[in-house]
Amino acid sequence: MARLSLDHVTKSFANFDAVKDVSIDVADGEFLAVLGPSGCGKTTLLRLVAGFEKVTSGEIRIGGETVSGKGGSVAPEKRRVGIVFQNYALWPHMTVAENIGYSLKVARLDKAVARQKVADALALVNLQGLGDRRPANLSGGQRQRVALARCLVAAPSLVLFDEPLANLDVHLRASMEDEFAAFHKRTGTTIVYITHDQAEAMALADRIAVMDGGRLAQLATPRELYHEPANEMVASFISQGILLPADVLTAEEAGHCKVRVLGTELVVRCRPGERPRAGAKICCRSADLDVSPDGPGFDGLVKRVIYQGGAARIEFTPAAGPDLILHFEQPDPVRLESGAQARLRIKSGWLIPVAGAAS
Amino acid sequence: MSTSTRESRGQEMALTAAVAVVIVLLSLLPMLRLIKEIVAPGGTLSTVAIKAGLASPATWIATWHTLVAGIGGTILAVLSGTLVAVLITLTDIRGHSALVLCYVMPLMIAPQVTALAWLQLSGPASPFLKLFGAAPPLGTKNPLYSTSGIILLLGVQYGPLVFLLVRAGLRKLPRELVEAARAAGAGWFTVLVTIVLPLMTPSIMAAAALAFVSCVGNFGIPAFLGIPANYLVLPTLIYQRLAGGGPAVLGETAFLSVLIGAIAMAGIFAQEVMSRRRDYRISSTSLPAEPYELGRWRPAVQAGMWLLIVLVLFLPLFGLVLTSLVPGYGIALNARTATLDNYRFVLFEHGAASRAFFNSFWLSIAAAFFAVLVAVPIGYLIAWGKQRWVRLLNLSVELPYALPGVVLAIASLLLFLRPIPLTGIQLYNTVWIILYAYLARFLVLALRPTISGYHQIDRALEEAAQVAGAGLFMRMRTIIFPLVAPAAIAGGLLIFMTALSELTVSALLWSSGSETIGVVMFSFEQGGDSNYAAAMSVITVAVTFVLMLVTNLLAPYLPIGVLPWRD
Repeated sequence: MARLSLDHVTKSFANFDAVKDVSIDVADGEFLAVLGPSGCGKTTLLRLVAGFEKVTSGEIRIGGETVSGKGGSVAPEKRRVGIVFQNYALWPHMTVAENIGYSLKVARLDKAVARQKVADALALVNLQGLGDRRPANLSGGQRQRVALARCLVAAPSLVLFDEPLANLDVHLRASMEDEFAAFHKRTGTTIVYITHDQAEAMALADRIAVMDGGRLAQLATPRELYHEPANEMVASFISQGILLPADVLTAEEAGHCKVRVLGTELVVRCRPGERPRAGAKICCRSADLDVSPDGPGFDGLVKRVIYQGGAARIEFTPAAGPDLILHFEQPDPVRLESGAQARLRIKSGWLIPVAGAAS
Repeated sequence: MSTSTRESRGQEMALTAAVAVVIVLLSLLPMLRLIKEIVAPGGTLSTVAIKAGLASPATWIATWHTLVAGIGGTILAVLSGTLVAVLITLTDIRGHSALVLCYVMPLMIAPQVTALAWLQLSGPASPFLKLFGAAPPLGTKNPLYSTSGIILLLGVQYGPLVFLLVRAGLRKLPRELVEAARAAGAGWFTVLVTIVLPLMTPSIMAAAALAFVSCVGNFGIPAFLGIPANYLVLPTLIYQRLAGGGPAVLGETAFLSVLIGAIAMAGIFAQEVMSRRRDYRISSTSLPAEPYELGRWRPAVQAGMWLLIVLVLFLPLFGLVLTSLVPGYGIALNARTATLDNYRFVLFEHGAASRAFFNSFWLSIAAAFFAVLVAVPIGYLIAWGKQRWVRLLNLSVELPYALPGVVLAIASLLLFLRPIPLTGIQLYNTVWIILYAYLARFLVLALRPTISGYHQIDRALEEAAQVAGAGLFMRMRTIIFPLVAPAAIAGGLLIFMTALSELTVSALLWSSGSETIGVVMFSFEQGGDSNYAAAMSVITVAVTFVLMLVTNLLAPYLPIGVLPWRD
């Protein structure tokens, strides 16, 4: 177990920055998910931590020891880091037991001790008795378990997961998710978990680092990401947040302030110290929207009604903002039809802080 | 409607039938004729031919020599080819394309030219050694006239073959398999030994089998190095028997050629067995691993690489050029003695030599042209055909090339010794029998690139033309041929380069008036006129080199791997 620190890490390839000035501190035993759309630099980040890539600038420390930085780069084999790859990366020419025992063999561990450790690791991932099989004869879920066991057997100080569930079907994903969570609880290992699946990240992680275009967009707990996104990217990326232009009317008071959105005034949550300003944005969730035929609110047009079983997803364009699309769910019985006029009310929202403001 | 179905059916049938005829004529017929000669000489089943062959001690000695040279050459080729492939593919060594081009070059040079070039580097008459005054006294035996000389040159000749196959395998190795091992604490050398090389077993085994078949069937190197030392392998034994006994000993040589074929097949069979012992299938695809940083070793490794290339390519070619400029055997080369007379002699004065240039050029062009034309429809049936039996087609086209050239040469002799029935046309003792053998042997060289060309083309392009109403022949001409033409033509150029200085087949099939470059080169060397042989070699190497450059112009339109020397 060890603390992992990334300190202003930048990685440039020939003509672009894959990772730009990223600083993250992962506490001992923490489960950190790195979340982002494809091409955001999250896999490069993992490869930097593992030592397969060298930092262009900045520093990476594992357990207090600088492994990447100005002074050079510690080779991957010397970092005591375990990795679980998306495609499992099991060696086809070895049996399951040989795969798992590889790091022990490399470390020249006593054969009997190694055999016992391999058996323990197999038991830990519920694969007792499959040690003599070939990886090719295993199912996808079993292969992923072997990969997990292989990385655990060496008791690494830090385990990196590179989209480990991306190749599994939905059903298997849920059960492997449980298994990862249980494993983390049991071993208390520090984990960095790369994924593009928000639900996965939310379910597993203590904290989530959202990446966008090589930069760290926000580093926060899942709850905070959802309720208090630090910028527009995070707001719209997490759970399809709705961004609406707003003018801040009053200064913050007890975590709230008054704003004007689409011609109506409402009170939203905000960071301490917010002052009145124009051209701000608020983020609201579909659950924050409500149909209010007679009450306060704003009028608009129902663009589309997509029935999804038990409820319908409604896409709505306000008259005051013809370029905006608001979406929300209406449970059965669905009354709105596409092309109909309707009046919506925003119950709550979050004021996106000024770019660059400290959190 | 039914007439148009019948028409398109008819075209497909016609194409299939034409392809079948070509393949029966070129691949199956000679092989069947050869087998018939062994099991039923003179038309009745008997074991006389086999017994006679087995009883001869020369057979056993030559078989033993073939195995020694074949296995020795294979081991050397596998070791050197794999080492070079690992260094070039997995490390951050610089100048990849130049290294690949230079290392693969010996593969494009005919074996007898390689042999001749190396002979010019050593031995008492070596103009190269004489430059430094280091030549041994006249009468000393050239050290290359020996078993180890043959093994060395076979290794040099076919190391590139191993290199190409192993490199192709290494490039497909997903980086995660390497990285998982490194994360498990293994250093680069451990990863190489425990992960990379085991996973490369199928590539290395396939390469070894190919190298073995090539070594066993090689004629040029044991002919130039072994015959003077009276070290006969099966191909040279067949040559000597046939040269001494003529058609009368054909039955006996047929047995010997089947013996070579059997040894070659045993090599391929051994590879199959070895590759199946474990599961080496790599299921995932990914980027190749980051190159290993050689760090402070890089200059040394790089220098070692270039030293190797100087040794196996530049020095021998240099020796060849020097010899071609020397007026006669054993004369030291200097500004006063250097002459171009040898070139003038072989090009314009010596009848057989100038005839040979003419013959080899048109034989190569004809073989290449025909192969390109035939490869397109055959490739169509193999790559896109729906019938299962079509796969067998591929195998039967590969066979004449997979088997040593001597086998095909003997089969052609047997087939055409007597005039062709019904027509009375006599191919034996004419240049046409050589053309027949070239067509059969080299067709696959154009077919392989064409098939990989087909695999790169979206079939929908053809289907779109079909929907537009184009019949099969129309589609062939207007859509398919233009699309696969670059690959097929590149294959044709490979055939031209290979056939130009070919020796194995023509050594057994030539007759007065139908000499090839390889044959005349060989007879010059046997007669002690190395300088003439060297001049001819330099010309063919130069032609090959120019053609390689020309073919490079096609490279942007070709599937990867069609041009072996392109990285």
